[in-house]
Amino acid sequence: MDLRDTPAEAEFREELRAWIDANLPAEKRGGRGGAQRFEDPFVREWSRKLYEAGYAGLTWPKEYGGAGAPYSFQAILYEELAAAQAAAHVGVIGLGMAGPTIIAHGTEEQKARYLRPILAADEIWCQGFSEPDAGSDLAAVRTRAERRGDVYAVNGQKVWSSFAHIADFCILVARSDPGAPRYRNLTYLIVDMHASGVEVRPLRQLTGEAEFNEIFFSDVEVPVENRLGDEGEGWQVAMTTLLHERATLGFAFTATLDATVGRLLEEARERELGPRLREAVAREWIELQALRYTNYRALGAYERTGVPGPEGSAVKLRWSEANQRLTKLARELLGPEGILDDGWWNHQQLRSRGNTIEAGTSEVLRNIIAERVLGLPRSR
Amino acid sequence: MDFALSEEQLELKQAARDWLADRFPLDRDWESTEDRWAELAELGWLDVAEAGLGFVEEALLLEELGYACYPGPYIATVGFALPWLSAEQRARVGAGEERWSVDVDGVPWLGSVDFVVSDGGTAYPARGQEVASVDPSRPMGRLEKADGEPLAGNRNLPRARTASAAEALGVAQRALDLGIEHAKTRLQFGKPIGTYQAVSHPLAQTYTDVELARSLVYWAAWCVAEGDERAPIAAAAATAFATEAAVAACERSIQAHGGIGFTWEHPLHRFYKRALWLEGFGARPAELRLEVANALLE
Repeated sequence: MDLRDTPAEAEFREELRAWIDANLPAEKRGGRGGAQRFEDPFVREWSRKLYEAGYAGLTWPKEYGGAGAPYSFQAILYEELAAAQAAAHVGVIGLGMAGPTIIAHGTEEQKARYLRPILAADEIWCQGFSEPDAGSDLAAVRTRAERRGDVYAVNGQKVWSSFAHIADFCILVARSDPGAPRYRNLTYLIVDMHASGVEVRPLRQLTGEAEFNEIFFSDVEVPVENRLGDEGEGWQVAMTTLLHERATLGFAFTATLDATVGRLLEEARERELGPRLREAVAREWIELQALRYTNYRALGAYERTGVPGPEGSAVKLRWSEANQRLTKLARELLGPEGILDDGWWNHQQLRSRGNTIEAGTSEVLRNIIAERVLGLPRSR
Repeated sequence: MDFALSEEQLELKQAARDWLADRFPLDRDWESTEDRWAELAELGWLDVAEAGLGFVEEALLLEELGYACYPGPYIATVGFALPWLSAEQRARVGAGEERWSVDVDGVPWLGSVDFVVSDGGTAYPARGQEVASVDPSRPMGRLEKADGEPLAGNRNLPRARTASAAEALGVAQRALDLGIEHAKTRLQFGKPIGTYQAVSHPLAQTYTDVELARSLVYWAAWCVAEGDERAPIAAAAATAFATEAAVAACERSIQAHGGIGFTWEHPLHRFYKRALWLEGFGARPAELRLEVANALLE
C-alpha cells in the first residue's frame, strides 16, 4: 500500500498539469455540464487537443492509437481535469463504452476502422440500449434486427441516448431471434447514424435542455460485418459494455463531484456559516474522499484482475446520492439567492435528479449489490 | 499509487480473523472477561514494531478485533496509549505485562487496565470508582489521580481516532455479515427473506457504507503510518464516517433479524453496544465534522 505517486506517475501528473495550464483558457473552465458538453464547439476542439497530446484512450493498446498506460494514469487524468474544471472529452460513449467493447469483441477490421477516430473526436458515438419498455430490464428490448442476406434490417425505437443527434455511430442491442430464450436472442450491432431510416428526435428533459434523444430505426440496413460478437450473443457483449461503464466511470463520477465540492467550498468560504451548514459541507467533503479512495481500491483490484470489482456499483450509487444532496446544500447556502439563481447550482440540482436513474437506477444497483455481491437470493 | 493490501497484510488479517473466530466465537460466554492477553503478546500483536510492522497492520488487527467484538483493552493500550509510552514501557506492553488506557473527557476506561494516561501526559495507576459503560466490556470510571508520573511520549490524536475507526469498520462488517446470513436462511411466506427488496436493499446500503468506511480507514491509517500531513483531517473524516456507519449497520441488521435481533440471547446487541461506545468515546461524529469544516473553510 502506497498512496504516493510512483516516480512515473508523478512525472505524468506534472506534465499533464503543465499541459492543461498551457492549453485550457480560463474562460473555458467550470462549465456546467449538461448540453454544454456538445453545444460548445470548444469541447470538440479540446477533445482533439487531448488526443494530439496523447491523453485520449490512455489505457488503450498502442496499436489502436492509445498510450498503453496503466489505469492509474487514467485516474490521474480524471483528477487533474477535475482540478482544472476542464470539460471531458466529447467522445464519452466511444471512449468509455463502444471502444472497450470493440477492443474486447471486435474483429481486427473493426478495431482498425473505428478506434482511432473515437480518440481523435472525429467520430462521435451514442448508445442504443434503453427503450420505452426496456429500461432497467435491458433483456426485454424489442428493437428487431432481422437477417436479410448480408444485412440486418433494424426496426424499432431507442430512448435516452446522449449525443445521438451529433453521433456518427450507435452501439445497438436488438432482438435477432424472437424464438430464442431470453439472454440468447439479442445481437450487438454497430449502426451508422447517417444511414437511411435513422431518425433522431431530441428528448427535452426537466432541466429544459435536450441532452438525450430518441432514435427511430425504420428498415435500417446494417451490414453483417458491423456485428460485434456472434448473432444471439448480444447480451454477453452488452455486459462487457456495462462492466466497462462501471469500471471507468467511477473516476469520472468522482471527478465531477470533486469539481462540484470544490465550488461548494468556495461558496462556503465566502459566507459566515453556522455549525449546521459547516458540518453539512464537511459531510459532503468526507463522502467525496470516501468515493475517491474506494476508486483507488477498485483500481488496485482492476489492475490485478482486469475485471472491475463490485465496488463500482457502490460508487455509482453513493455518488448519485451525494451529488443530489450537495446541490441542495449549495442552494441552501445561497439563501434567498438560491431561488433567483437560474445558473450553475439550479441547473445542477435539477440535473442531479437524473443521476439516480441514468447508468443503472439506484434500485437496480441495490439489486446488483444484494444478489451479486452479498449473495442474497434473486428478487425476481 | 497502490491502494491495495499486500499479500503479507492480507495474510495477517486472515490469521487474525481465524484466531479470533476460534477464541471468541459468537456462541461464547459473553459475560466472561477472559481476554487471552498473554496469547496476544505471543502473537506479537502488542508490539508489532518488533516484527517491523506499523500502524496500517495495527489498524487491520483492530478491524478484526472489532469483527470479533474482542473484550480486552487492546484498543486502549495499543490504539490510544502507546504513543505516550517510553521504550521500556512499550517493552512491558509487548510482553503482556501492562495494560493502558487514556483519559478522555474525564471518564477514562478504568476497569481491566493497569495505568491511565491523563492530564496531558501523566501516568496514573488505574484506581478509582468504576462506572459501567454502554459496552459492558469497557468499564469506565472516575480516576483517582494519585502517584502520577510524567510520560516520555506524546499524544497522537489522529492515530487514536483511526484506531476507533478501524474497530468500528470491523463491527460494521460483522453486523452486515450477520444480516446477510439471516436474510439468506430465515424463511417467511415460503421464501428466504433476503428475496424481498425491503430487506435486501438496506443491507446493500450497509455494504456501501462499509466499503466507503474501509476506504477512509485505510487512507487514514496510511497517513498516520507515514506521518502524512493529512493525517488529522483523514482521521477525523474516517472516524466520523466509520463510527456512524457501524451504528447504522447494527441498527439495520437488528431490523433485518426481526424479533430474534431484539433478544438478549442473540449476539447482535453486543456489536451494537460496541458501535455505540466507539461513536461516543472522544469527539462525536458531528464534532469531528466541524473539525473537518474548520480545516477546509479557513
